Amino acid sequence: MLILARKKDESIIIDDHIEISIVEIKGDQVKIGISAPRSVKIFRNEVYLAIQEANKAAANSGTELPSLDIFKHP
Amino acid sequence: MQVLTKPYGKIEVDERQKIYFPNGLLGFENLKDYLLMDAAQQPFYWLQSLDVPEIAFVMINPAIFRHNYNPEVSLSELEEIDLSVVDSDNVLVFSIVTIPEEHSKMTANLQGPVIINRDKKYGRQCISTNNEYKTQHYVLEELAVEKDSVC
Repeated sequence: MLILARKKDESIIIDDHIEISIVEIKGDQVKIGISAPRSVKIFRNEVYLAIQEANKAAANSGTELPSLDIFKHP
Repeated sequence: MQVLTKPYGKIEVDERQKIYFPNGLLGFENLKDYLLMDAAQQPFYWLQSLDVPEIAFVMINPAIFRHNYNPEVSLSELEEIDLSVVDSDNVLVFSIVTIPEEHSKMTANLQGPVIINRDKKYGRQCISTNNEYKTQHYVLEELAVEKDSVC
């Protein structure tokens, strides 16, 4: 992993068209600004982890499915 | 063709039910070939891995409990499965469901919808950019709310 030190208001450029800047540093929290084309997908890592976890839980579900009744009488 | 499935054992299926996921599903990136089939119980579907018979996901159409479901996925994700818009006839949108022992507590993942290009048989698990959607929505609770709001 490439590690770069940056101060507040400094930035880095990735692949000519993605700019990541340090907007604010407060205690153990850093605010990051990202300028990128709309086609670039940007998500917090937690989102990926949450979906991975949900998929794993779903894959471990049994094969017995609820009957239609529970949809009629929730 | 004959396929070994998690819910039904070995069954005969139509070749056209095969869906290719170029990136797999999150956490299951290595499994790319799936079979889409109706479950014996409506309104469920099975997404059965063709590589590992023990891996299969239950899915539902999220519209049955969220009429206005709009995952707002990025265009680049759709383009990866040769789609340009999400609201065409060629698009199928599913939510993966987790079914615990107590069936009434089943949850649907609205944050990571499974989107399928029906013509080309490509699929992708996209990520919703709409913060309203989480990975665990209690389907029956929300269905009850939806019914109330319609009445």
